[in-house]
Amino acid sequence: MQTFDLAEQGLRALNQTLHAQKDSTNQTAWDIVNAKGSHAIAVGLDAPIEVNVRGSTGYYCGGMNKQATVHIHGSAGPGVGENMMSGTIIIEGDASQYAGATGRGGLLVIKGNASSRCGISMKGIDIVVHGSIGHMSAFMAQSGNLVVLGDAGDALGDSLYEARLFVRGSVKSLGADCVKKEMRAEHLEILADLLERADADAKPEEFTRYGSARKLYNFHIDNASAY
Amino acid sequence: MCGIVGLFLKDQTLAPKLGKMLTDMLVTMSDRGPDSAGIAVYGPASAKGKITVQSETPDADFASLADDLGTIIDADVTLRRKDTHAVLELPADKIAAARQALAELNPALRVMSAGDAIEIYKEVGLPKDVAARFDLSAMAGTHGIGHTRMATESAVTTLGAHPFSTGADQCLVHNGSLSNHNSLRRKLVREGLSFETDNDTEVGAAYLTWKMQTGSSLGEALESSLDDLDGFFTFLVGTKDGFGVVRDPIACKPAVMAETDQYVAFGSEYRALVNLPGIEDARVWEPEPATVYFWSH
Repeated sequence: MQTFDLAEQGLRALNQTLHAQKDSTNQTAWDIVNAKGSHAIAVGLDAPIEVNVRGSTGYYCGGMNKQATVHIHGSAGPGVGENMMSGTIIIEGDASQYAGATGRGGLLVIKGNASSRCGISMKGIDIVVHGSIGHMSAFMAQSGNLVVLGDAGDALGDSLYEARLFVRGSVKSLGADCVKKEMRAEHLEILADLLERADADAKPEEFTRYGSARKLYNFHIDNASAY
Repeated sequence: MCGIVGLFLKDQTLAPKLGKMLTDMLVTMSDRGPDSAGIAVYGPASAKGKITVQSETPDADFASLADDLGTIIDADVTLRRKDTHAVLELPADKIAAARQALAELNPALRVMSAGDAIEIYKEVGLPKDVAARFDLSAMAGTHGIGHTRMATESAVTTLGAHPFSTGADQCLVHNGSLSNHNSLRRKLVREGLSFETDNDTEVGAAYLTWKMQTGSSLGEALESSLDDLDGFFTFLVGTKDGFGVVRDPIACKPAVMAETDQYVAFGSEYRALVNLPGIEDARVWEPEPATVYFWSH
């Protein structure tokens, strides 16, 4: 295993070192110590490596991730996993606002709570939050799955497109065009798989599915009051 | 952008180190606000009142200020100078008279703060330079708040820096931008308040002052700010006994809090908190939007 001391060696050296890892690298396990809330840790990775970050992170940890597994042993600042493409990010603590924003693929697991705007504009990423999420989560979410074992804040799924939202607890309020939907066999199957991969102790049957009423896709005069 | 920090001590054995801890937090937030910095420190309880003043020409203005002021208000006044600022100590019941006398004695002097415990220091420059000019790290106290400024709404000047005084022993720092500050300023001017800058936060501070003058508690004034202020804000307000936090309902301006048996700390980012004692085991969380929080001794 490779150990990288962020306080000693600095952020630029860290990300350059991690970017240098290719598909065939033998250095597949990395430990980053002294994270101390630094920004942009392990951003833009594109290799099948596992990166363990010791401590809490600042803005944009694991952003644009491809292939790599980034495991944060602490809490994450704003924009964790922003625009991630594939791979896995696991956060042992809480995540600040807009976790997984615009993510296109991969799995983001938050073992604590997520703040506001979790999964905003998500485009294919799967997000599993063991705790609760804040207001305006999944705003304009386009595809992918957002699974919440706790509660959701105000305006969940406002202006939602085709992302699937699964919430086990209460929802403070639904955003425009987001509605409760029937849970079919295919959804239970998706949920069971995500819960298992996220190491989450919950049963698919306990969740409620929310999705788009599809009234806001195109302007229609009959829907004027909903815009 | 802008950075905010705050530290409220539960364990008074840390009081001699308040300035050092708060300065470290402030300097860490330099990336968020490199153009000015300011700090409000609440010192140990004292029977005296304090007025902190700032001058563009401190050598000339401070030379005989204590004696001149003492003569007018008929009281003992002492002056403790720190760079462009000076703290005038005087009997607490003479503060109102002293403020009036100062305005007549030297209208160019700016009153930064007044009260029993508060001292506000703020200037243009990198936070580490501002902290060094005022020797902030040597200050003791029970609690304090600080601000690093990246100006968006008005000029980079000493008076445009935060904290802004909102009344005796009270002040405000702000991260965000108010979008209705011009109309609100006009309203407050009609109500008799006066302004020294075009700054949006000064309007926020004057709004709180006005609400409290018309019967609201600080908590009620902060609650009503959620209805009357339009724009983005995370506010940290200093009071004689502690500090309060409120964020607008959208809450896109960041805020992280940490609490241990020894302190409650506030930072715009977790980075600001990483050198505090016992932070690894602290309870760390984000204050909820549109919710008023207070911590007091």
